[in-house]
Amino acid sequence: MLLLNKLITLFYEHRGRGAEFCSQSGCTTFALLGKIRMIIFQNVSKIYNGNGHQVVALEDVSFTINPKEFVSIVGKSGAGKSTIVKLLIGEERPTKGRIIFSSYDVNKLKKSELPQLRRHIGVIFQDFRLLPNKTAFENVAFALEVAGRLQSDIEELVPQALEMVGLKDKMFNFPRELSGGERQRVAIARAMINHPDLIVADEPTGNLDPINTLEIVKLLLKINELGTTVILATHNKEIVNYINRRVISLENGRIIRDEEKGKYILV
Amino acid sequence: MTIDKNNLSKVKSQKSKVKLLTTLFRIIKYGFLGFWRNGWLSTATLSIIVLALLVFEGLMIFNVLTKTALEAIQNKIDISVYFKTNTPEDDILKIKKSLESLAEVKSVEYISRDKALEIFKERHKGEETIIQSLEELKDNPLLASLNIKAHDPKEYATIADYLEKANFKVWFEKVTYAQNAVAIERLSRIIDTAEKGGLALIIFLALIAVLVTFNTIRLAIYSTREEIGIMRLVGATNSFIRGPYVVEGIIYGLLAGILSVIIALPIIYFISPYVKIFIPEMNLWSYFTSNLFGILGYQLLFGVGLGVISSVIAVRKYLRV
Repeated sequence: MLLLNKLITLFYEHRGRGAEFCSQSGCTTFALLGKIRMIIFQNVSKIYNGNGHQVVALEDVSFTINPKEFVSIVGKSGAGKSTIVKLLIGEERPTKGRIIFSSYDVNKLKKSELPQLRRHIGVIFQDFRLLPNKTAFENVAFALEVAGRLQSDIEELVPQALEMVGLKDKMFNFPRELSGGERQRVAIARAMINHPDLIVADEPTGNLDPINTLEIVKLLLKINELGTTVILATHNKEIVNYINRRVISLENGRIIRDEEKGKYILV
Repeated sequence: MTIDKNNLSKVKSQKSKVKLLTTLFRIIKYGFLGFWRNGWLSTATLSIIVLALLVFEGLMIFNVLTKTALEAIQNKIDISVYFKTNTPEDDILKIKKSLESLAEVKSVEYISRDKALEIFKERHKGEETIIQSLEELKDNPLLASLNIKAHDPKEYATIADYLEKANFKVWFEKVTYAQNAVAIERLSRIIDTAEKGGLALIIFLALIAVLVTFNTIRLAIYSTREEIGIMRLVGATNSFIRGPYVVEGIIYGLLAGILSVIIALPIIYFISPYVKIFIPEMNLWSYFTSNLFGILGYQLLFGVGLGVISSVIAVRKYLRV
């Protein structure tokens, strides 16, 4: 409970940041909808061209996500979960369709505008993606540094964030000196340090044991309680059922179910 | 109101200045950290760049050596015209003047009979028999001569041709070109090829040094390509990612430049006497020490330039996430 209180104070101190709406070129009237509906996928298809033959990763996918929602995207490997994440953070561009995040028309952003978008989204990956030559502290601090935050802010916020994920005494360890669960908690601290509007977790528990998995899921739920939208892509049935929130089920690149308070239903 | 606005913009511009400075500071910090924490990789990269810079340094010295050697050889080539003993000095001086007016001629030296004798005596000092036999002769047996040097060894043929056709040919006892023509021609051809070959060699080796350096830095950055992707995903701008690599490139260049000169010092000291045997005009050690700062400057310029350009090109490839 102590943890939760700290979270709350930390978050509410820094609310209201990152609200530079409509200063980007991707801003259109359509994008204004993104203020009300945080994420809009509109008839999105993604086709990969592998040597000679085409691979359909997503086919005509449409959904919207409201602010403060907790959405699980489930499906087997290759169903298109990771593709949705990649499209959302601008790592890939859709073959067809439109993606709106907040005030950004994502696929219309220039390469040079992507960093702006990504500072509003915290991403957590299955393989952690920490910088191996930086300590836990520096990894978390990096997200603030790229946003141009002052050193004094960094020295104040980073220890708080690491304490929140229970890693205060391993602050100056390198990722190779941490366990899988600890690494993922560093990644979570990094994802939320900028107070993003959205946290996207792509199979965050894929490499973890059940105890660590539960801890990570609880952390994500707490982050969501504090007002941050969370998208969790996973194929772990137990955690989806444990969370008991909205579930979007994918199969072969199509949405087959989208239910409030959904369960992971095996096909 | 207006004052408030002014103050506001002042505060804003100050803030952005602070922001810029912190970013710059972070870029430099991460450049040094990257260099330090990748210890082995940095050392390996650095030693390759040092080797490449040693090649550059070697080429600079090679260039100076061939230039000095070729100049020394060129200075030894000349044509001498020996005059009959009864040639009046006035005529010889006139011929000297007319030769000097030729475009091909660099210098003409007049050696009178007396001077020739002096030189002869000087050269054979201590050789009793020669001096004695010289003294037995009442008359000076040596001939007056004009010693002609051309700008370019290829032009001796033209000068010889001119002498052959001149109307003052009657005074000539002999012209050395006739005897040395083949040797002169061969020497001039050797000088020519040495110059061209040296240039080709320099370009070739310099190219290798550049490519090796570029590739080494590229490999070092290749090994961190995933980190570049992660930084992009966390929202770092390209310049913020590129910056530390450029700083690392500068560190490589500076360290390699200084190291290459330090390593070269004992080597030069050791080979300098051997060089002197082949090219007596060249004192490599004193040349190197008196031009130390110039050479260091070139090395730093090469090193830093190569380091920065290689880093920028190599990083660009991995920034496309």
